Amino acid sequence: MKSNKIFISGDEAVAQGVRLSRPHVVAAYPITPQTITVERLSEMVEAGEMDAEYMHVESEHSAISATMGASAVGARTFTASSSQGLLYMAEGLHYCSGGRWPVVMMNANRSVALPWSIYGDQRDSLSLLDSGWIQVYVEDAQEALDLIIQAYKIAEHKDVLTPMMVNLDGFILTHTYELVDIPDQDMVDQFLPPFQTPNKMSFENPKNLGFSSRPDDNTEFKYQQNEAMFNAIDVIRKTDEDFAEMFGRKYHGMVEEYMCEDADVVLVALGSVCGTVRVVVDKLRAEGKKVGLLKIRYMRPFPVEEVKDLARRVKAMGVIDKDISFGYEGTVYTNLNSAISQIDKYVYKSNFVGGLGGRDITKAEIEDMYNKLYAGLENKSEETVEFFSLNVEGND
Amino acid sequence: MTKVLDIPKVNAKNMTEKEFFYGHKACAGCGGSIAVRLALKVLGERTYSALPAGCMSAVGFIYPQMAFNSNAIITTFPGSASMAAGIAAGAKALGQKDFKTVVFAGDGGTADIGFQALSGMIDRNDDVLYICYDNEAYMNTGIQKSGLTPYGTKTTTTPAGQNIPGTITHKKNLFEIIAAHDIAYAATASIGYPQDFINKVNKAKHVKGATFIHVYASCPTGWGTPTETSVEIAKDAVDAGLIFLAEYEDGEYKLNRNPKEFKSVEEYLKKQGRFKHMSDADIQCVIENRDKKWERMRKNWL
Repeated sequence: MKSNKIFISGDEAVAQGVRLSRPHVVAAYPITPQTITVERLSEMVEAGEMDAEYMHVESEHSAISATMGASAVGARTFTASSSQGLLYMAEGLHYCSGGRWPVVMMNANRSVALPWSIYGDQRDSLSLLDSGWIQVYVEDAQEALDLIIQAYKIAEHKDVLTPMMVNLDGFILTHTYELVDIPDQDMVDQFLPPFQTPNKMSFENPKNLGFSSRPDDNTEFKYQQNEAMFNAIDVIRKTDEDFAEMFGRKYHGMVEEYMCEDADVVLVALGSVCGTVRVVVDKLRAEGKKVGLLKIRYMRPFPVEEVKDLARRVKAMGVIDKDISFGYEGTVYTNLNSAISQIDKYVYKSNFVGGLGGRDITKAEIEDMYNKLYAGLENKSEETVEFFSLNVEGND
Repeated sequence: MTKVLDIPKVNAKNMTEKEFFYGHKACAGCGGSIAVRLALKVLGERTYSALPAGCMSAVGFIYPQMAFNSNAIITTFPGSASMAAGIAAGAKALGQKDFKTVVFAGDGGTADIGFQALSGMIDRNDDVLYICYDNEAYMNTGIQKSGLTPYGTKTTTTPAGQNIPGTITHKKNLFEIIAAHDIAYAATASIGYPQDFINKVNKAKHVKGATFIHVYASCPTGWGTPTETSVEIAKDAVDAGLIFLAEYEDGEYKLNRNPKEFKSVEEYLKKQGRFKHMSDADIQCVIENRDKKWERMRKNWL
């Protein structure tokens, strides 16, 4: 197998993945920490390495509108955003999934104002879970590149036709450099054939798209959209297997379990923090503790079966949420709880909210979470939602 | 910038008999639907139409009854120009040739919520013809004031009462704002002068890059006028000098119609329910504003 490793950042890895996927149209508006991706893409277009129309749109709203327009004539499209920009696109995100246009987007996970912060957490994308996009969270630059290629294959699948958002943690992934393997173009072409869709306007078969529906029909359209999202689960698994076969890298589909086989206590997380959790798992395992990690890769569709399967095997689960749904709990926790409630077994659970606005989540903090889970299990404590490592005193 | 070519005139005789917009649910006497129908007959089969939220999308796309006989799509409300630009870019990238992408957006969709995207589209010189059908208020949602609602107009958000005489601002100067982008071709028109309008569409059709037409389109429902007078009233507006017919081409303004004298503004206003409450002072304000504008246009554009 041909291999070509280069030392690049997560943003650059995304740009490489986009180049290899041969989109016809790229429309993006700059926002930190996504900018390097769109700079590299424009350089690739300039250098003739990419045969794409690069649109310098005047806003994120126009970025998503332009990519939808291009997708509606059957073009393969890419856009990228982050934080405030993603929220500015929010109308378009719902519009795009409803229109069944398989736009692929990179989102550099970043905190949401106020207060302003350019640094990372996952409140931007998690607040848009209901917008009908497939959402995947990657752990490193290689996974970012590989998932861009996979994203087109998944999103454009005839049974899916749903847009897909590839999320990578701002700065921690977007701006750190790793040795990344750049797949061979011929192999990518073989893996990812040109986009074909019946859902497009053409002069051979003119169509009216983006239409209105009456109350008599609307539910059926939304039902089909929901079915498509469920269809994506098998497509995601199959795409990952096919990818592994061709490129030798496997990401385990909807979730990845790390040391969970005989685990009693597991932490559940998204994205780059999983790397730190793995290190802590190794340390605690060396001390004889049966701990593990569940890396949730896809938040939509949600890995209900995988979560239930693990919950049946473990005694305690803690969720690290780099987000908070104010007045309730972390969004990942809510989603996990809903899946676990479907099994006939008690699992002790805790929600650890933190890492907001770019604060590091340390090994010591993660170890503390495992200890709290053990203690809660032993003391039969009530389940808790806590902001960890808080610098302010609580009311009590 | 692309130079506008000297192209043959279109008229009722040489225009296609094919219809591309019919069977829709627009109100009787709808001026906007006349503008869309005529423009599409000029642009022909190889056209992508993009329409934001507004009357024409509301009446044309109710699943499963589709009123466009050529490709058409409803866009996001603020993103009609960018979605159309995406269509043009996508079709170009796919190797398609000899086609036109056109936007049909209302006055609110153009001068208010859609303006940012429109400005971006012109700045990038995307290959899109943007047609704003101006019925001077948000008619689809029930006659609310837009940035193109003229002085004095009674709308459902600018009620005329004891304290405020309806709309207290004049129309945004949309045509000159567009021209200020140094666009290759921009024009104003009225469905009351259809011959002028279709030939401006035809001109824009032949320009590669961003073009813009602002067409005055009456709305009996929102204006409080009889349905059979729609074309007549759109002509009256031009004859009274409240709407002007002009072009911006190769960096120059051109006044297409420069009447020696104007028809009565008062008569034009009093025909319409939306202006009925206006006092003599209000009417005088409209006339003064008109005269100021014409003085400037005659000085600079002739």
